[in-house]
Amino acid sequence: MHNFKGSSLLLAVFAGISVLFMTFSCKSEAKSDENELPKAVVKGYADIVFATYNDALLTAKNLESAVSAFLSSPTNENLSSAKTAWLTARKYYGQTEVFRFYDGPIDNGETGVEGLLNAWPLDEVYVDYVEGAPNAGIINNITTYPEINKSLLIEMNEKGGEENISCGYHAIEFMLWGQDLSDKTAGERPVSDFAPGNLINDRRRTYLELTTSLLVEHLQQLNDEWNPEIENNYYKTFVGLAPDVAIQKILTGMGVLSKVELAGERMFTAYDNASQEDEQSCFSDNTKADLMNNIGGIMNVFFGTYVRYDKSNLQVKSIKDLLLLKDVTLYKQTETLLRTCNNDFQNIYQPFDNAIVLEDKRPQVMQAILSVQQLGDQMALIAAALGTSINVNAN
Amino acid sequence: MNIKIKSVYQIIILIIITTVTILSCNQLDGNNASSSLKAELNESLSGGAATVFDQTVNAFALPIPDLSSQDELLFFVGNSFFNQNWVQAPASTTARDGLGPYFNAKSCSGCHFKDGRGQPPATIGQLSEGFIVRLSIPGKGLNGAPIGDPNYGKQFQDHAIDGVKNEGLFNIDWKIIEGKYPDGKAYELRQPIITFNELNYGNMRSDIMISPRVAPQMIGLGLLEAMDEKAILAFADEADKNNDGISGKPNYVWNAITQKTELGRFGWKANEPTILQQISGALNGDMGISSTHFHDQHILPHQAAAKNAPQGGNPEIENDDLEKLHLYSATLAVPARRDINDENVLAGKQLFKLLNCNSCHIDKMVTGTHPKFTVLSNQTIRPYTDLLLHNMGEGLADNRPDFLATGMEWRTPPLWGIGLFHVVNKHTFYLHDGRARNIEEAILWHGGEAEKSKNDFMQLSEKDRNNLIHFLNSL
Repeated sequence: MHNFKGSSLLLAVFAGISVLFMTFSCKSEAKSDENELPKAVVKGYADIVFATYNDALLTAKNLESAVSAFLSSPTNENLSSAKTAWLTARKYYGQTEVFRFYDGPIDNGETGVEGLLNAWPLDEVYVDYVEGAPNAGIINNITTYPEINKSLLIEMNEKGGEENISCGYHAIEFMLWGQDLSDKTAGERPVSDFAPGNLINDRRRTYLELTTSLLVEHLQQLNDEWNPEIENNYYKTFVGLAPDVAIQKILTGMGVLSKVELAGERMFTAYDNASQEDEQSCFSDNTKADLMNNIGGIMNVFFGTYVRYDKSNLQVKSIKDLLLLKDVTLYKQTETLLRTCNNDFQNIYQPFDNAIVLEDKRPQVMQAILSVQQLGDQMALIAAALGTSINVNAN
Repeated sequence: MNIKIKSVYQIIILIIITTVTILSCNQLDGNNASSSLKAELNESLSGGAATVFDQTVNAFALPIPDLSSQDELLFFVGNSFFNQNWVQAPASTTARDGLGPYFNAKSCSGCHFKDGRGQPPATIGQLSEGFIVRLSIPGKGLNGAPIGDPNYGKQFQDHAIDGVKNEGLFNIDWKIIEGKYPDGKAYELRQPIITFNELNYGNMRSDIMISPRVAPQMIGLGLLEAMDEKAILAFADEADKNNDGISGKPNYVWNAITQKTELGRFGWKANEPTILQQISGALNGDMGISSTHFHDQHILPHQAAAKNAPQGGNPEIENDDLEKLHLYSATLAVPARRDINDENVLAGKQLFKLLNCNSCHIDKMVTGTHPKFTVLSNQTIRPYTDLLLHNMGEGLADNRPDFLATGMEWRTPPLWGIGLFHVVNKHTFYLHDGRARNIEEAILWHGGEAEKSKNDFMQLSEKDRNNLIHFLNSL
């Protein structure tokens, strides 16, 4: 009996140990299944990133053609086509901005091109003449900058101040629209600014041509980093990351874009200063569309759907699918909040430079700011629900 | 009996468990003990709770975590004021006109690009990228302040608005100084020689004293302001009572806002008492922007064209906007250290102490209570400064006194963030005038109270010297 009792205890211990082992082995098997969805989500995200950059590149090339047509025949009609091409290009670039803030190719310390593509606000007087300063800017300063070439434009960008912007979307925007001097309309740069044969006009023509060409080059670089067909690029690195690390990056991009970039830098600053100088696309009055495109990008990533330039629809596994497994309530909350943000942004009065100064239009701007600030914090909650953590206060 | 046997088994199992536990504990200790050097707990958190983890170009540009939602939004408004280019008045953009008439830069970010560090100009007459020249003549002015040159004031402004002549240009020649380590390795230092030309308002006084300065990084200023005065004074040893050759002297300077003499904390000579006065002074001196605190536009009696130039309102920066800029400047976080467990970094850290570098570059302190931002209060921070003045020898002397600071004395600059200048500002220029082209040169320029530490550094093997630099680059 004693022995039996003793051996029964031993048996129990062994049994316990085996159960423990079994549990471990079961867990590890289950884990490999559990990993499949996160991996699919990471790959799905990378595919959306590539598709969006690819469209940003495509529409930038269309812009380049339109600019080229305008420069060979500087008519109002061709200027108008170039402007339309710029607005279309912005639609796709705006949707890529959710791919920022985690030291990906766009923000890489050594090779990142964000500042060359999308720096703002741009001090007009740094580039060209403005009202009251007819001989201002790089274009008019023949002595200091005898030749306008690509390396000059790159070198001068963000030189000696963060508003000293010489290239990117907003430099092209300023070239096409000119200063926005009216509450009623966007900038109205005369076509005659681009009439060939006059030294300053020729420099302006070169400036527009080169800065558009640089835009394409820089987008090509991002496109190549995310192209799944190319070896040894960031796409390969990204899909090879441990899923939780990649998911942390995905959520950081969404959270920081919402809270820091949209709520803080792009909206509240303009709202608080009630100053057109603080709106992003001030020359073309396209700021509201920029904001909508940014929210659109966040929704693409969250829901795993993206409508391409060619109207085809990309659908992938996404954060949504992960969240549905972990926390349905949080998923529903997030979905509602995203719709709210989208509606609140839609409700902002157009143009944005009026929305921030007209007393009866300002509350809608503030409402959108509060919603998108909350969206940033929501991303931190999602991260926690998915077993990771992110800092949405940093950019 | 049953019970006994059972308990024997239980004891055995207990012993096994205990043994395993002890073994694994030993194992853990053994792992740590395998290297005698280790990082302290939380050593990477240079700014305590006000630390951020970003090693990109934005490393200096982030708000401290846990600001209130409202302050967080205001931070970004402050940021926009920090970045914006001021324009000549009158302009349609009334919130940002009033530049000049004399100025060095058009924006705060012009000198502190991405909230980082300025550098000496590459070409004559270019807009400042964070390099200015202070001027004064012998003697002490009102409240102990330096006295400006009668024709050019206390700061040389090489830019002016349209219709006004600038004060002139300055040129930097670099004098090369060659030297050798005891182990035979050669090094080369450069010393700036400033000359003025094309002066538009007459001569400078023949006994003019000049002090070139670069713009320091903006990180962690709120934490330094949150240090209790008593805690800073506890670092002081003005008469070197402990005979270590190192003094530590507080500067007491005039606070024009409170109208009192106060402890200086900021600026290369600890010549500014508060962040608010520092930024109001920089707006005024570097960009020609008047504020509630500084109305003067630095127009001297003979500068007639400037006197008639239009103003951008009075004050040119509204108080509300100045407050946002103040909030921004006080709440820029400190980036975390990198590689704190790296073997070479740890070895370098030990040398840093061995060479007494930490007598002035004090590694650890606790902040007091910040009246406004609780996250800055009671934080263990690692700024590597004592905020006090030290005689740094002839080589570094600017020979231009500033309040109680002599021409040989400089404030110990905080070292946090110095390993990230190359990321944020794409350069590695160190010291008050950017003469050192890397950290090694900065160490070699140390003299005066730091002469012994410098000499000890030179005596180290090349590997040890590199380890010390690895450590400094991890800050």
